[in-house]
Amino acid sequence: MSVLFIIVLYLLASFANVLAPYDPNAQRDVVVGKENPPSIQHPFGTDSFARDVLSRMLHGARVSLAVATLAVLLSATIGLGYGLVAGYVGGRVDALMMRLLDAMLSIPRLLLLMSVLALWNPAPLGALIVLLGVTGWFSVSRLVRAEARSLRQRDFVVAAHALGARPREIIVRHLLPNVLAPVIVAATLGIANVIVLEAGLSYLGIGTREPTASWGSILRDGSDAYGTAWWLMFFPGLAILVTAIAFNTFGDALRDALDPRQLPGASAVPSSEDADIQRTLTPQRG
Amino acid sequence: MAEPLVRLRDLRTYFYGDGPVARAVDGVSFHIDAGETVGLVGESGCGKSVTALSLLRLIRPPGRIEPGSELWFEGKNLLELGEREMRKVRGARIAMVFQEPMTALNPVFTVGEQIAEVVRIHAGASKKDAWKRAEEMIQLVGIPSPEQRAHEYPHQLSGGMRQRIVIAMALVMNPALVIADEPTTALDVTIQAQILELLVDLQRRLGTSILLITHDLGVVAETCSRVIVMYGGEIVEEAQVRDLFASAHHPYTEGLLGAMPRVGERRERLTTIPGTVPPPTAWPSGCRFRDRCRYAWERCATEHPPLYQIGAGHVSRCHLADEPERRNHPHEPLVAQRTAETTGGVAR
Repeated sequence: MSVLFIIVLYLLASFANVLAPYDPNAQRDVVVGKENPPSIQHPFGTDSFARDVLSRMLHGARVSLAVATLAVLLSATIGLGYGLVAGYVGGRVDALMMRLLDAMLSIPRLLLLMSVLALWNPAPLGALIVLLGVTGWFSVSRLVRAEARSLRQRDFVVAAHALGARPREIIVRHLLPNVLAPVIVAATLGIANVIVLEAGLSYLGIGTREPTASWGSILRDGSDAYGTAWWLMFFPGLAILVTAIAFNTFGDALRDALDPRQLPGASAVPSSEDADIQRTLTPQRG
Repeated sequence: MAEPLVRLRDLRTYFYGDGPVARAVDGVSFHIDAGETVGLVGESGCGKSVTALSLLRLIRPPGRIEPGSELWFEGKNLLELGEREMRKVRGARIAMVFQEPMTALNPVFTVGEQIAEVVRIHAGASKKDAWKRAEEMIQLVGIPSPEQRAHEYPHQLSGGMRQRIVIAMALVMNPALVIADEPTTALDVTIQAQILELLVDLQRRLGTSILLITHDLGVVAETCSRVIVMYGGEIVEEAQVRDLFASAHHPYTEGLLGAMPRVGERRERLTTIPGTVPPPTAWPSGCRFRDRCRYAWERCATEHPPLYQIGAGHVSRCHLADEPERRNHPHEPLVAQRTAETTGGVAR
């Protein structure tokens, strides 16, 4: 369900310029076209600048999803690198890196983003992505580091050492593939988080800049007239809510699917060989 | 006499944890000749595996090989090599077979890739050549249809086959020494025999030396020419296999043999050695085995026994070599007496 929704969402966003009935930033006759309620011509109505809300939302989906996806990709990459190095090297380096991480974690993310964006105003979209990315990798990094540390003790990693593998090969070939599953889960959940965060920042007017539409900025535009034009806040709000739920559900489903305890090979289920032995050991009755 | 392949001199590997120093390996010296199979025997916690890992310099902090230890291999002291040179030794000249074939293979790569990786690391071979070599090795370790098996993941193979793959990985570079750390412990009894046969067969064909670590003297009898018995981080007895089985000298070895079932002998119960290995942070003074020994007397508490020469190539770390008449007066070991006291003096 959630997968389907997410796929459809990405498709809608990708083909926004084809699918959108109007130019998202084009203003029609302000006198008659301003704040029209939903109709056949404008299914989601028009806003106070007489722009088509559906078109704006489709284009906004593009911005919201792109920002969230790229930011999470960035933070997952940083988190992976940092966590793998800390977990692999261990010892004092690890302790130092983790304390540094603790320090960064103690800074509230939203406040940091708000203060930076308030000073750097207007920030380009790329900068917004980078900012969201570099403030979001701490928890991923912790997760990776913990996984890497436990993998470090596993026989196949010791075996790789015993066979003369270089540290880089061990990290890339033996640690990285084995920590990927939880990172993918964390990243999926992270996307929902960043979509909401970006919407929040845009709502506050320090995220994406006018006239570029993102769900948050559409919400902001609508907030001026929410008493008279409910559709201006209802549709973007609903989109954010449903998308966040979809990504969270998808993340949970992924977690279940990728649970290492349920992977074949790592399971406690006896192999057929063991079952054979079991059979021969059990006295036959009757 | 030619210089042996491996010569350990006074190997000491200590672990510096939060508490007192753990002297896991405490002054071990032995040698392995080219093409020889040597058994390293002892119960859990007596330093076998740490000895093996020390040979490859795989001891991680807080563990450390103490200065003064010497580890000669093919004319080089491995302890003086840089990490880069050491990597050229690992896997290529000295390889290791691990105990658990379940965990010794990376679950996310096919077994062919994992063998090929070793070839690529050491021989710098192309992907294609490495893969071909991997298939050859899978064939060599007796797995049918290697082209097909090479593409399978570890979880698709049985325990016995996985261990064959681990052996293939160890032997692919034709190393001079293979360290096999309890290679059959995790396997079914029927598979154990096959794997041992395979190891012996490959050793004959490739002329590799094997250091076989085990707690199973039966395995030693089948495969090794010489055996080293470890206890409390040191060697307590070393002999040719037939000498050890015919005339074990050290009471610990005697105990190990007594704990082993033998064909053609009717016994209701196998004898056990009472007690456990003391922790490596607090080895007892004098003889480290004395608490569990049936013959221990005053001298054992005060004087740490040296390795006495018993016969040709046969040494034993026991004062009985000096005072053999003591063997006629066995008694309850100290640990057994203590247990008896604490459980209210119930006689056995």
